[in-house]
Amino acid sequence: MEVEQVEVYEFLRRFVPFKNLPEATLAALSRQVEISYYKADTQILEVGDAVSDLCIVRSGAVEIYRRNGELYNRMSEGGLFAYQSLLMQQKVRFPVKAIEDCLIYFIPEAAFRALFDEHEEFADFFEVGDQSRLRQAVSRREDANELLTSRITALISREPVLISSAATVQQAAGLMTDEGVSSLLILQTEASDPNESEESFDRRQALVSASDGSEHKVCGIITDRDLRTRVVSQGLPFDTPVEEIMSQGLVMINSDEYVFEAMLTMLRTNVHHLPVLKKGRPVGVIALSDLVRYESRNSLFVVSSIFRQQTVEELASLYGDVQASFVRMVNEDANSRMVGSAMAVIGRSFKQRLLELGEEKFGPPPVPYCFMALGSMARDEQLIVTDQDNAMILDDSFDPKLHDEYFRELAAFVSDGLAACGYSYCTGDVMATNRQWRQPKSVWEQYFIDWIDNPTPESLLNSNIFFDLDGVWGRTEWADQLQALISRRARRSQRFLACMARNALNRTPPLGFFKTFVMEQDGQHKNSINLKRRGTAPLADLIRVHALAVGSRAQNSFDRLDDVIEAEILPPGRGPDLRDAMEFISRVRTRHQALDIEAEQEPDNNIEPENMSHFERRNLKEAFQILSDAQKFLKFRYQPNRAN
Amino acid sequence: MFHLIPKEKAKVQPEWPERFRQLAEQAEHPLLKSFYGAGCIHPDTPLAQVPFVAMDFETTGLSPQKNGIVSIGLVPFTLKRIYCRQSRHWILDPGKPLHEESVVIHGITHSDIDDAPDLRRILPQLLEALKGRVAVVHHRGIEQPFLSAALKARLGEGVIFPVVDTMELEARLHRHHPLGWLARMLGKKIVSIRLADSRTRYNLPFYAPHHALTDALASAELLQAQVADRFSPDDPISLIWH
Repeated sequence: MEVEQVEVYEFLRRFVPFKNLPEATLAALSRQVEISYYKADTQILEVGDAVSDLCIVRSGAVEIYRRNGELYNRMSEGGLFAYQSLLMQQKVRFPVKAIEDCLIYFIPEAAFRALFDEHEEFADFFEVGDQSRLRQAVSRREDANELLTSRITALISREPVLISSAATVQQAAGLMTDEGVSSLLILQTEASDPNESEESFDRRQALVSASDGSEHKVCGIITDRDLRTRVVSQGLPFDTPVEEIMSQGLVMINSDEYVFEAMLTMLRTNVHHLPVLKKGRPVGVIALSDLVRYESRNSLFVVSSIFRQQTVEELASLYGDVQASFVRMVNEDANSRMVGSAMAVIGRSFKQRLLELGEEKFGPPPVPYCFMALGSMARDEQLIVTDQDNAMILDDSFDPKLHDEYFRELAAFVSDGLAACGYSYCTGDVMATNRQWRQPKSVWEQYFIDWIDNPTPESLLNSNIFFDLDGVWGRTEWADQLQALISRRARRSQRFLACMARNALNRTPPLGFFKTFVMEQDGQHKNSINLKRRGTAPLADLIRVHALAVGSRAQNSFDRLDDVIEAEILPPGRGPDLRDAMEFISRVRTRHQALDIEAEQEPDNNIEPENMSHFERRNLKEAFQILSDAQKFLKFRYQPNRAN
Repeated sequence: MFHLIPKEKAKVQPEWPERFRQLAEQAEHPLLKSFYGAGCIHPDTPLAQVPFVAMDFETTGLSPQKNGIVSIGLVPFTLKRIYCRQSRHWILDPGKPLHEESVVIHGITHSDIDDAPDLRRILPQLLEALKGRVAVVHHRGIEQPFLSAALKARLGEGVIFPVVDTMELEARLHRHHPLGWLARMLGKKIVSIRLADSRTRYNLPFYAPHHALTDALASAELLQAQVADRFSPDDPISLIWH
């Protein structure tokens, strides 16, 4: 005869969210309870433990800590814990310790889920609102690693040391020795005119106030390495002014950015010292070595080993390392932004190294060129399953008869090399090996002008990809100039935006009439959902349209969304919802791919909903619903006869 | 100091696995044959690996011969987890008069037992639930003697099995020596080793007493607490069973 423990039943009945459950349900639940005793000071849940129960403090008290040891919460009789991990199907992130002798009741996962499914009110207790739960599901704060949670401010140990550009290198070396620093920021001797027109509209300027109140611009940086390589080894006199040897065109970063942004910036620009700005004032300089402790052996090291490889074969041998660093990041709960950026940096590094090797093999380029990345890599949203989308901008002095042979061979070398490294050939032939996408700068400009000024949905159907572009090698400023052209022109062409909007609606989220999943019906992926085709890609398409409409020059979807939200063209709240939806679908996608890799299967973008947890399914439906609503809004905004 | 006990006791204590083998041979009734045949764990088994079953009876009185069993509660558990899901509870026809005094204690009334089965009918399930597990009781003077007497009356043969007594484990701690005159002079009181009072010392919650199922659960929790307090999960079961 099945019977419930009266004491367990009576206890649960005293506390929300159990008190409002029907009597029979609560009786059945109390039959499922498991119990365990913990002496004071023993660990109840350790970080990394698998969670299989909802935990309730029956007597005694427990403390919940953050990973850094900080106290997060203290609970006594009736306190519930471990449900976040249970809901998200994650391992324990916050350790729990008994601080008094404790009796803990456990509600097994299956029983908890059954209640969650069948009793709205019970579910509501664990999720304040649907959207906020999705937000919680993707919240960065709780489950990211240190690279992501730490702001650059945390790395700054001292104010930057400054020196005038007129000072000599000997004075500079003396100052560095006295101050014990490895870099100096160089100040322009002349005070800068506050009304001076900005030479580059997006380059961040750093200003320092002198004691007389005049403002001086930071115009360069020198490092101890510069003294070695540019002064001593060149035999320059010690009275050489620092401005002659300093690095100009400073790459800088804002103090409120995350540490991983700093890491990516250094990797992308290949600098080892980054001046940090706060409201336009330099507040410190961080060095690559400051970051190494945050990033011990993953993407950073893959990137540095890419640049050490001497042949395509050696590069191809890094494939396993790339996969391993991907899996590691996913398992550390890095968010999709971080995974996407790191994978894009790795992809970019492969291209850069291959171009270096190519230029060694075929000799220096006959005319300057720029190698571009397109699509997901340009957006910093690259994952592990990806094909190569690239193109070349050639100098306008390019003469096909004289020069094309060189660039054709170089493009083929890079493309074959990328294929060997795991980046499959682009099925749409968007590669620099295709003559159409290996053209002088003026031709490229005309391409974009045509697309934007004379758009048809057909002509734009396959050119979406060119509106996510990023210079990787050579004259990367040409790519910037194309971006500027696009941003100036696109926002003015309502017809172009309408065509882009129409194309962005081609791929719909896999939701049926009754909010059921609609699965692929044929092919080898029958009964599965392609998360890229049905999720992240249409989201990126939609965000791109809005971003072009507000003249954003950002390439990354999250950055674009920031610009779009700032421009207030979306109904309130929709922007953050889109961000959460993008993040959630991307996470499911990366987690799925990481699992495939760990199971030594070929990773893909297809998931079978029946293999997903209930919570994942529910959140995924919500994310798809957000996409669906956003598509409706886009359709409404760009409907043919609507005056904008 | 505990490591001395098993050695000393080993001489007097029957080796349970061996006794179960013999009893499986000797027992007449198939239910008992099967019960013993399931065997008994080795005395060196670490506590962490012992499958326990907490057991509590409510009876019509204190004499196994004169009084009968009114209800039985069983709660299987290990040191790590107590499983409510597998708990069992039976109300039985005691086959003996139900006195007013006992009704006051356990709250099971004449009308409750009117339709209740005789122990014999639930015996297969009861023995099945005890099979292969070590019984845990609070005060071993009741459950095992009552069950043995009831079986003798019904099957013609009794039953024995090893028992862990949580009350005796409390007594080991608090009744090591009788209180000396000095302690008495200083007003020390004898520490109560009743179930509810013992539980309080371990910060275990108050459970209403004298419901067989609740009391069984209460003893299961108490044993977990006692082991957490002063034994190691690696200690052998022989340290605490009888």
